[in-house]
This record gives sequence, C-alpha cells and structure tokens, in this order.
Amino acid sequence: MALTHNSEKYDPKNPALKWFNDRLPLLSFGKEHFVDFPTPKNLNYWWTFGMILALCLGVQIVTGIILAMHFTPHVDLAFNSVEHIRRDVNWGRIIQGTHAVGASMFFFAVYVHIFRGLFYGSYKAPREVLWMLGVIIFLLMMATAFMGYVLPWGQMSFWAATVITNIFAAIPLVGEPILQWLRGGFAVDNATLNRFFSLHYLLPFVIAAVVMLHIWALHIPGNGNPTGVEPKDSHDTVPFTPYATIKDLFAVSVFLIPFAWFVFFAPDILGHPDNYIMANSQVTPPHIVPEWYFLPFYAILRAIDFNILFIDSKLGGVIFFAGSILILFFLPWLDVSKVRSGSFRPMFRIFFWVFVLDFLLLMYLGAQPAEGIYVTLAKVATAYYFLHFLVILPVVSRIETPKPLPTSISEAVLAKPA
Amino acid sequence: MATAAKSDATRRDFLYIATGAVGAVAAASAVWPLIDQMNPDASTLALASIEFDLSPIEVGQMVTIKWRGLPVFVRNRTEAEVESAKTVPLDELRDPETDEARTKSGHENWLIMLASCTHLGCIPTANAGDYTVVSSNGNQGGWFCPCHGSHYDTAGRIRKGPAPKNLVVPPYAFLSDTTVQIG
Repeated sequence: MALTHNSEKYDPKNPALKWFNDRLPLLSFGKEHFVDFPTPKNLNYWWTFGMILALCLGVQIVTGIILAMHFTPHVDLAFNSVEHIRRDVNWGRIIQGTHAVGASMFFFAVYVHIFRGLFYGSYKAPREVLWMLGVIIFLLMMATAFMGYVLPWGQMSFWAATVITNIFAAIPLVGEPILQWLRGGFAVDNATLNRFFSLHYLLPFVIAAVVMLHIWALHIPGNGNPTGVEPKDSHDTVPFTPYATIKDLFAVSVFLIPFAWFVFFAPDILGHPDNYIMANSQVTPPHIVPEWYFLPFYAILRAIDFNILFIDSKLGGVIFFAGSILILFFLPWLDVSKVRSGSFRPMFRIFFWVFVLDFLLLMYLGAQPAEGIYVTLAKVATAYYFLHFLVILPVVSRIETPKPLPTSISEAVLAKPA
Repeated sequence: MATAAKSDATRRDFLYIATGAVGAVAAASAVWPLIDQMNPDASTLALASIEFDLSPIEVGQMVTIKWRGLPVFVRNRTEAEVESAKTVPLDELRDPETDEARTKSGHENWLIMLASCTHLGCIPTANAGDYTVVSSNGNQGGWFCPCHGSHYDTAGRIRKGPAPKNLVVPPYAFLSDTTVQIG
C-alpha cells in the first residue's frame, strides 16, 4: 500500500543535520511518524482523545515531579506536607490542584478513549496487540492513581490502602504473606506509605514506556476510522501534520477548559471531605467510597456477597473485580464480527449503548451504601456486565446482518449530504 | 561426520547450559533480598505481644486497643449478648464456631478479637447491624461493617454480607482475672 504523501526519504539539507541524521536517523524517523504519517481523513473528534491522554500523562509527570520536591512520605508529616504545598509553596495550590484534578481528567479521557474503541471495533484484527497494550496501560493507570491517592494520608487514603491491599489476602494459601509483604507490616503504616511513594514515582515512567509500544503498535496498521474500512490509497488519508496535530490541539484546548475550571474554582469537588481528616488507623469513616473513576469496579467487587461453590464471597468478589478488566484482553476473540464499526452493526450498537448505561449504573451504585435495593441492583448490573462480553457479543456478532459498507473512506466522506 | 557434530554440540551445549544455569541461580539469589526487604521489618515484629488491664471496662462497654498496629476489640458482654450468641444453631452460621470456642472458659463475658472485617479490613461499628441485642438500654453487641455491609453477631461471627469469616480471635491468655496478654 502506497499511502504516504511525501514518502520520499527525508534528507536534511543542512550539512550538520545531515551528518547527524546519517548516523542516527532521528529526524527522518520523526518526519515519517509525526509529520507524514498517513491518517484517515474521516477521523472524528472521538479520535482526538489519544493526544489528550498524552497531554494528561505529561501534565501528571511534570506536576508530580514538582510535588515530590515538597512532599514528605512519613505518617506524621505527609498530611501536613500536602497542606504546606497548598498554603505555603509558591503556586503550590495550583500545582497540587492540577495534579489531583488531572487524575480525574486523565480517567475521564481514558474512558472516552476505551468506549470509542469498543464502539468502532478498534480491538479487531490486526489491532489486537494495540488494544491489549491499552488494557495494560489502563491497569497501570489504576495502580498509579490508587497509590497516589494514598500519599496525602487522609482518612480515605488510609482506608483505601487498607481495603485495596486486603484484596490480595483473598488469594488462597499465600494471601496473608503477600498482604504483609505488600504492606511491610501487619497493618498499613509508614512502610506502606514510603513504598507507595516510591512506586507512584516509578509507574508513570513505565506507563510512558508502554505508551510508546502502544503508538508503535498503532503505526504498524495505522489508525482505524469511523467506517472501519481500511484506507485503500492516498485519497483516503491526509498527513498527520498538520491535519491531525492541529485538530488534536484544538480538542486539547477544549478539554483544558473544564480542566482549568476544576483547578481554579473547585479543586476538591471530585474528592471526599473525609480525606481532610488525617489518617486514623482506629476509626473507619462510616461511608468509604473510592474516587469516581473506580466506582464501577468497586460496585462489582462488593456485589459478590455470597459463596460460589467452594469459592468464598471475598475471593469471589476479587475474581469478578479482576475479571471485569481482564476480560478486555479477550475481547478481540469474543466479538467475531468481521465488520469493525458499530455504525454498520444495527444490533451491536443497541447493546453497546445498553452496556454504556450498565457501566454508568455501576458507577452510581458504587457510590451508594451497601444495603437494600442497591445491593440487588449491583448484582444485576454486574451480571449484565459479564453477559455483555461472554454471551451478547459472541451471539450478536454471529447472528446480526451488518449494513452494507462503503467501498472506501473517500466514498463514505463524499456520500455524506452537504 | 554426524557423530562428530553431535558430540561437539553436546559438549558446547553442556557448557552453555551449565553457565546459564549458574547465572540464573546467581541472579535469583541476588534478587531475593530486593524482594524480601519489603516484608515486615525487625521493629514491626518486635511489637508482637502486649498486656492489657481489663478492670476499668464495665459490663456492656467496649474498648479498642492497638496490637501489632491493628485495632483489637475488647468487649465486656452483657448476659443477654452471651445468651444470644449461645442459642444460635451452628448450621445457621457461614463460618460455624461455638461461642465457647471464641472465648476463654470462666471468662465468657470477655470477647477479644481483631477489629478488622474479614472482608477487606475496615473496622466494624459496634452495637449495630441485624444481630445486635435490642434492649431498653439501646443496642447491645453485634457489629456492622459500613464499608461493604457485613453483619456480625454478638460473638463476632459473620451472619450476613460479603465477609467470609468470623472476626479473628487473636492468641491471648488471662494472666489474672483482670489482665490479659495478647500475642
């Protein structure tokens, strides 16, 4: 496929640059992958979230490195050092707020990115490895966000650390030794805080490395697109720069408006007041709730309050909790439809939106107390979550008749009413 | 020819595999301290045993003390609580255990257990849940974990909710009628 527009090999005119590029072809590499790279010309705004996520990772790393210059990872000092950052450190209020709000914005963007992939079949061949690398990034993001949330050492920090590390105690036989190894003690304490700080600093760079693999895997087949029909020739694509970069930049600017609003006017609105009480290992807050972006999975974790054969309720909850994310690794083989895009799959698109509603319902239920009707609803919503992947997708992809696909991206673009 | 090639390959292969195996063992031994350093350190392990004076705790009162960094409930149960715990048929229990097995004989009023929900480790709220004894003095005994909704009875046994096990009774002994040693 001859897709590139300026596919001739990049040769710098400047002798010094040419000398360098002949020895390490960094400039030709950059031109090939960030300027000339052929991008489908029908990408919509859902495709700008990749760049938005790259921005989010950059913001978290830069603000995080700065916060580490002022933070003290000790049980007696951590809570006050965060207050010190917010009150005394120059610009600390804004930088700490950006980091805290940035985590929420990061997860908002990643959920949009994931659901875009779910709707347009971005996980289908030949992009399975690209998709699975994305799931790994999502898991790493969850681990990083969780450990970062523990660092301010408020009540929610402490009890989140207690509850989440306790998940590992559900593993048969080795659970208890693993729990003590993770915590560095019999309870969450100074050793736990210290290691979480160390790992919270490390993991973003691991994420950055996996993001590079993710982009590498993207640049082998190239972008998917809303029709799901692969580009056939250069009429179907435009160069990445300026067409995609400038569009992404515009989307980033729009994304930064709510981001800035939260940072400037409501930096705590996405958090919990209880986290402004210093951690106390003797008192559990009456209502423990994780950050909003973990709520759907938290609802699944606690929906299993019954034993399943020889598996007790605790291990059962953990299996479903882990399974709800790990199932994404198998998605490319659960949905066997040859048609990628949900736009051409009349049955699939209905179930897609039901699944979105189910996910939002779980998010709502995760924030409610574990009693009465909420428990029942959480069980139903959890069952539906797994039914969607294990029954609905395999069945629908075999029985539905897709709508006719356009023969090319150009045809689809030109067929649109003006 | 074939025989010579085979014998040569065998000798080389042996040296390569032996070197690689020694290298792998060396790498694994070097990595072990890097992993084991995360386990509880000497200062944490040193807090393994405490003594506690029970005399100030009146009937119907409970205190929470700290043992190995974990909160521990020490409850002086009322007769109604003990009675309620003893009359439960064992086949109604998810984790069957008699009240006698969870207390020391001669000291049945004292219930000592880790204040850590066996689900995910929150501290249950005392005198609450579906298995508390309702009396004119208010609720007596029973625990409810607010995190995920587990209910424990007046012997700290799991009755309802996601927790799989009864609240853990730590190893302890009565040194006298009013002093216990935990751990």
